[in-house]
Amino acid sequence: MKFKFLEHTADAKMQAFGATLEEAFSNAALGMFNVMLDTSKIKQVKKHLFTIKSENEESLLYDFLEHLLFLIDSEGFLLSEVLELTIIRKKALTLVVRVIGDNHTNQDVHSYIKAVTYSEMFIRKEKGKYVIQLVFDI
Amino acid sequence: METKKEYKIKKISDYIWEVPKEGDMKVPLRIYASEKLLKKIKEDGSIEQGVNVATLPGIQGKSIMLADAHRGYGASIGGVAGIDAENGFISPGMTGFDINCGVRLLTTNLEHNEVEEKIQLLLDSLFQNVPAGVGGKSIFKLTKEELDEVLNKGVDWAVEKGYAIKEDKEHCEEFGRLKQASSSKISDKAKDRGKHQLGTLGAGNHFLEIQIVNKIFDKGIAETFGIKKLGQVVIMVHTGSRGLGHQVCSDYLRRIEKEHQDIVNKLPDKDLAYAKAGTETANDYFKAMCAAANFAWVNRQIITHQIRRSFKELFPNSELKLVYDVCHNIVKEEEYEIDGKKKKLFIHRKGATRAFGPGREEIPKDYIHIGQPIIIPGSMGTASYVLIGTEKAREETFCSTVHGAGRNLSRHKALEKFRGEKIRDDLEKRHIYLRAKSWKGVAEEAPLAYKDIDEVVKVSHEVGIGNLVVRLVPLACVKG
Repeated sequence: MKFKFLEHTADAKMQAFGATLEEAFSNAALGMFNVMLDTSKIKQVKKHLFTIKSENEESLLYDFLEHLLFLIDSEGFLLSEVLELTIIRKKALTLVVRVIGDNHTNQDVHSYIKAVTYSEMFIRKEKGKYVIQLVFDI
Repeated sequence: METKKEYKIKKISDYIWEVPKEGDMKVPLRIYASEKLLKKIKEDGSIEQGVNVATLPGIQGKSIMLADAHRGYGASIGGVAGIDAENGFISPGMTGFDINCGVRLLTTNLEHNEVEEKIQLLLDSLFQNVPAGVGGKSIFKLTKEELDEVLNKGVDWAVEKGYAIKEDKEHCEEFGRLKQASSSKISDKAKDRGKHQLGTLGAGNHFLEIQIVNKIFDKGIAETFGIKKLGQVVIMVHTGSRGLGHQVCSDYLRRIEKEHQDIVNKLPDKDLAYAKAGTETANDYFKAMCAAANFAWVNRQIITHQIRRSFKELFPNSELKLVYDVCHNIVKEEEYEIDGKKKKLFIHRKGATRAFGPGREEIPKDYIHIGQPIIIPGSMGTASYVLIGTEKAREETFCSTVHGAGRNLSRHKALEKFRGEKIRDDLEKRHIYLRAKSWKGVAEEAPLAYKDIDEVVKVSHEVGIGNLVVRLVPLACVKG
């Protein structure tokens, strides 16, 4: 399982999984877009490459997902797949990512995430697997 | 499921409940709700969030949760906190991501029957003139300089450009412009998100609705607002500052986290991150928040301009007048008497509406003798309300009242349970017409996914923090 949705009255709560932190981050991004629409219907025509630098794992996750939300509003970009995601650990954490998707035209976007939140957020290693939990403000 | 802490809840009256001060709490938590609504509030863990707010330094009087409270991030939605503006703090998360999410109500000189006759044409026109949904693009291409003007001047900009009349401006909270606004405190990233979004509705629970006056509780006050009789058609717009506002909140949450790790690490929840009053970060956030609020007012104003165009096409003699425009996600500097002394407070209203009573100079001249109109949007297909602010709200809730129905069922469950097309057909049988970008979105916003709005506003009326004036029911709704 890449991700699953959990109960939350007003917003959207989910967990994403991965054998590595990188895979869990990628699945968190995919899960976030699936809150808004069915990503399996998005064509793979537009690519974006970007880098995020942050002070710790949680803030890196926050900044990474927030940048994807920024791309929806500024470029109309909707994600289909994370092609490649690397996290470089030095004093700060750097994430380099390549994503592919399409612009929003003709997509049935049923809800819109306003923001990533820190509410109930965790990044844990459980039984050798990474688990990420997130709540999005809708 | 969320793990929920149990709290001792003391009954103060039929509609007021208290979690007394204990442990780290600096003030008690007061919940304004009926027994039925309190039961719902207890279920989702939002009381813990209200208690967390009560532990923050500089909080005055009490932490407040209103009848529409539900779980949020950091602080609950439907929450109000008055924080010492000199020795306390200001918090982006306690204001909300959608800065100046708000509602406006317009009256028309039209009646139910004449509008219903042309409802499909009207909806076609509105759906075209008011972009909705994710990626619904603005009809404007603003230069960077123009966007700065919007941010700094608010509705004054719209008046200059001919998108607003003077009366529109006079009938907005803060007269449509927070003067402390500074566009220079808003990041390029936030501006990039907002530049295509002026005059767009967005998605989620935001809507444009044609409504009918269904009940008048106070004839005199209703008439002052231009609401004259049953069956009169009015229009409600519910939206906010779009991606620009969300980015401003996010930017400052992250800035506080980076600059003040000592504060953030001690908090029960990172989303409660705050900047101490008087610091550069606090001042910058306030100026940026004000600018985002101005953007939201102009957003609702441009939508109003477009609505007027649509109505003119079909009803050449139509006249659409703005009753009022309120914010329900905002932080304001207001003065209150605390322990016999006048004090400036940052009133954080996160999913709460200001409810000034009569005599306040902040209220438009034509309403000053009766109080401030409070516009409460329902959910799609349910009633909405107009209330009036009271003096009692000053004593009870820092001049605040509820902001809407509040969800009852998660989006996830709503999607499992309902189908958008079915909701459309059911509503149409009740003569309520719907246009939407996404039918799945309609299912998520199903009327039954929300709490009973009649029950929510009854609490405000019974406590006396917002008295009933008019009940409105939908005729047609445009959704994202």
